[in-house]
Amino acid sequence: MAIDKRKIPEINAGSMADISFLLLIFFLVSTTMNTDTGIQRVLPPWVENITGEAPPIKERNLMQVKVNQFDQIQVQGKLVNLSQVKDMAKEFILNLGNSDELPEKEMTQIDLIGQYPVSAGVISLQNDRGTSYDMYIRVQNELTKAFNEIRDNVARQYFGASFNELDEDKRKAVQAAVPSKISEAEPKNIGGN
Amino acid sequence: MAVIRKKGNKEVPPISTASLPDVIFMILFFFMTTTSMKETELRVHFQLPEATEVQKLEKKNLVSYIYIGQPTAQLQAKFGTAPRIQLNDTYRTPEDILDFVASERDNLSEADRSSMSVCIKADKYTRMGIITDVKQELRKANALKVTYAASKSLGYY
Repeated sequence: MAIDKRKIPEINAGSMADISFLLLIFFLVSTTMNTDTGIQRVLPPWVENITGEAPPIKERNLMQVKVNQFDQIQVQGKLVNLSQVKDMAKEFILNLGNSDELPEKEMTQIDLIGQYPVSAGVISLQNDRGTSYDMYIRVQNELTKAFNEIRDNVARQYFGASFNELDEDKRKAVQAAVPSKISEAEPKNIGGN
Repeated sequence: MAVIRKKGNKEVPPISTASLPDVIFMILFFFMTTTSMKETELRVHFQLPEATEVQKLEKKNLVSYIYIGQPTAQLQAKFGTAPRIQLNDTYRTPEDILDFVASERDNLSEADRSSMSVCIKADKYTRMGIITDVKQELRKANALKVTYAASKSLGYY
């Protein structure tokens, strides 16, 4: 047939390199290396045979969060839902009304911010051996969220940007103004089991 | 528009292979970037809990991992279903954590030792008992920087 005798025109391969680079860049951008993420905490140092009393913390400066083996949450002696924990923690740390029952604040000189009333409040988280890890992480998450939101507010108020957008020095200043005081209490069996 | 050329009796030119190296390099780079080296073989199964306020783990060479969860399906016949602690490649008890932390710390350079951190990768269905034991041992070993591994969620649980 006539068609078989025709010569095949050359395929221009000059743009192949461009296409391959395009693909390479596409894959480079779209693939995510699975990075590990998590909630960071600093454990209290180990104390051998606790002698005497622990350094006293005024009751008003302590917010007790307990989670029992049924994953029920108790904040300051009241049974609460997980969704309430964050707001209670924020209310506790901020103490906007300068109430006598919420933590005291101490005026502290902080670089870049100046005088700032730093809350003396400590959130103590206690869990039972039977608490599920999932619930523990959720509570930790809510408490972290409370601190992050307060830091964000402070960052916006003083530097006009959210906490994550700040540079290292400003971030340190905000961290000094709102220290993340979450203490993981010595393990106890709460709620009995 | 298209110019109609006269079909002559030209020889078929060979398809250029000049771009073949590019293609090969592309594939090479692709695999280089996507494969992550597996340091340890997982012997426990875990499903990480979800959280919204997670932070990325930085300086991975300073991080040691502790895995907690049920033995994987193949190993359950032998080891049962009680949650286990995996350090390096084997099941260990909480008491071994002191040695584990000491050896991990020895592997780091002098300057990095203070910034060593431990990442606890635990299954969300484990109970806190075993994790509390691990935490107590970490405190004894003076490895106080701890990350509870959690996957990022958008927060609608």
